[in-house]
Amino acid sequence: MTLASEFREAVRIAWSSLRSNVLRTSLTTLGIVIGILTVTLMGTAITGLNSAFRKSVGAIGADVLFIQRFSWFSSEAEWRASRNRKELTLQQARDVERLSTFAKAVSVESNGRGTVQLDRRKAKGVWVAGNSEQSLEVRGLTLTAGRWLSPGDVQAGRAVCVVGSYIAEKFFPYGGAVGSRLKLNGMPFEVVGVLDKQGSFFDGTNLDNQMVIPITRFTEEMTRFPDFSIAVKVRNPELMEEAREELTGIMRKLRRVPPDAPDDFAINQQEAIVAFFNRVGGTIALVALFITSLSLFVGGIGIMNIMFVSVAERTREIGIRKAIGAKRRTILVQFLVEAASITLGAGLVGILIAWPLTLVIDQFLAATMPWWLVGLALLISTATGVVSGFLPAWRAAGMDPVDALRAE
Amino acid sequence: MPLIRIRDLTRHYVMGSETVHALRGVSLDIEKGEYLAIMGPSGSGKSTLMNLLGCLDTPNSGTYELNGTNVADMDDNALAEVRNREIGFVFQSFNLLARSDSLHNVELPLVYAGVPVEERVERARQALGNVGLAERLHHRPNELSGGQRQRVAVARALVNNPSIVLADEPTGNLDSRTGEEILGLFEQLSRRGNTIIVVTHEEDVAQHARRIIRIRDGLIAADEVNPKPRSAGASSLHAA
Repeated sequence: MTLASEFREAVRIAWSSLRSNVLRTSLTTLGIVIGILTVTLMGTAITGLNSAFRKSVGAIGADVLFIQRFSWFSSEAEWRASRNRKELTLQQARDVERLSTFAKAVSVESNGRGTVQLDRRKAKGVWVAGNSEQSLEVRGLTLTAGRWLSPGDVQAGRAVCVVGSYIAEKFFPYGGAVGSRLKLNGMPFEVVGVLDKQGSFFDGTNLDNQMVIPITRFTEEMTRFPDFSIAVKVRNPELMEEAREELTGIMRKLRRVPPDAPDDFAINQQEAIVAFFNRVGGTIALVALFITSLSLFVGGIGIMNIMFVSVAERTREIGIRKAIGAKRRTILVQFLVEAASITLGAGLVGILIAWPLTLVIDQFLAATMPWWLVGLALLISTATGVVSGFLPAWRAAGMDPVDALRAE
Repeated sequence: MPLIRIRDLTRHYVMGSETVHALRGVSLDIEKGEYLAIMGPSGSGKSTLMNLLGCLDTPNSGTYELNGTNVADMDDNALAEVRNREIGFVFQSFNLLARSDSLHNVELPLVYAGVPVEERVERARQALGNVGLAERLHHRPNELSGGQRQRVAVARALVNNPSIVLADEPTGNLDSRTGEEILGLFEQLSRRGNTIIVVTHEEDVAQHARRIIRIRDGLIAADEVNPKPRSAGASSLHAA
């Protein structure tokens, strides 16, 4: 007997057997449904988070080094030790630009929050970025309309601004942003450019809700003790390490760090975020894996139990089939297919529940259900059935036909 | 060469601390085309002999040659194949699959034999027609009378053209009239050249066979030719 026709017969038997025990079967599958639901939802969340993160990090730029007062990721002890570091100054930024040979462009940046106003319309908590003329290139931004800050704007600290698409739409829904005036914390700024739409950062920050002003103006309007960050776009991304060495040397000299003292600044890099994220992502995946395998395990035990019942109930049938010529393998395949059909069905139900949930979650957090995940979930559910059905099926296959035929 | 050649077959069972000797050395030849009854009271060993003849069980010692092959030492899978090809069972309690209709029940041996689906359905249809159930292809066992169920079982037993039809108390669950009907069917099959072995404890049933073997205490007590086999007569047989 060929395996294919054996398999067809097994599917037929499984179907008729499941149909005659609908309630019992569906109750048993609950565990598997929940398991597969967890698999898909976790997978969905993780892939969603991943792609959102990659997009966000891509915006930072892999070829940019950030010279800042603090390291992005430091332990509490490290932070304590670095708390009293002196601020970076505008002059240091200018000097880095002048001295660095690896730098393709240098941007001086400082960030704050402010209130933007036009007549009676008002937006609070807008992200205000103090930038220099080269920030456009370093930050990898593009413009929809107008121009970026000119060297003159930065030099003279002119009251001009470039706004994000969200701000532009909010205050100038009918266009005409460039050339108009917006008030930032009560002071008028002329809009010279509008940025392309960027979307949101993975933490949910709306990148389009921003206003860029000359860094020199920023120090006057926004804060009396500005803390700068110097972003250096490196000419050749393969020479990141060399560039970092050079910048460390330059900064130590500029800040007059004694030769035996540690750096009193930090050079941050996108890679650090990626590493950090991968660590967090790995932990999330591990927890997800644990929860998932737990519910699948519990579900699998349920399936095993119901399959033992099914085998016991059908001892006579097994005897008949054996008398007629079914081999061990035939009976084994029959019950494995039955168990796998139950769990495959449960997997399908799990996915059908997970799919609309994904759409709901997507409203708050980036979440997508890729096809490979659907395939994986179905594969896992089938495998669970085969594994948990094996023992009962093995028992059925090994039955003695004489005894089985005598069973009531 | 006889179809079945049995020599010194023994079979014992260990039950707790006791060993039950069900067969103590049985030798027997059965020719192709015989209609044979195996008789004996319960506990005589006739069921054990039937299980061995039907390749459902293997002996502790002795040889059993079926169509020239020794099946006494075969493993489970090889025996399954022999059962599928060589033996058609008819049981006292019919032993049909409750959830399948007549057609699929009769098809089943062909499924296990790997016969392609079209041929399978055609042969099953024919086998059911031969036992007068052409109109009952899609009835499930619980929609059929006892006699009809046993005919489905006979059709299933015959569908793969086995060397032997092995019937275990085939009339035990039927009223006497329906029982006669089934025995009439066996006579017909026998006339067509099928080898039929009926295991029974009813003298009436055994009298239909042309040869009667009596088993007592695990041994053959008598092996006699029935000079005048009883005919199921002109009972209501649905001829094919």
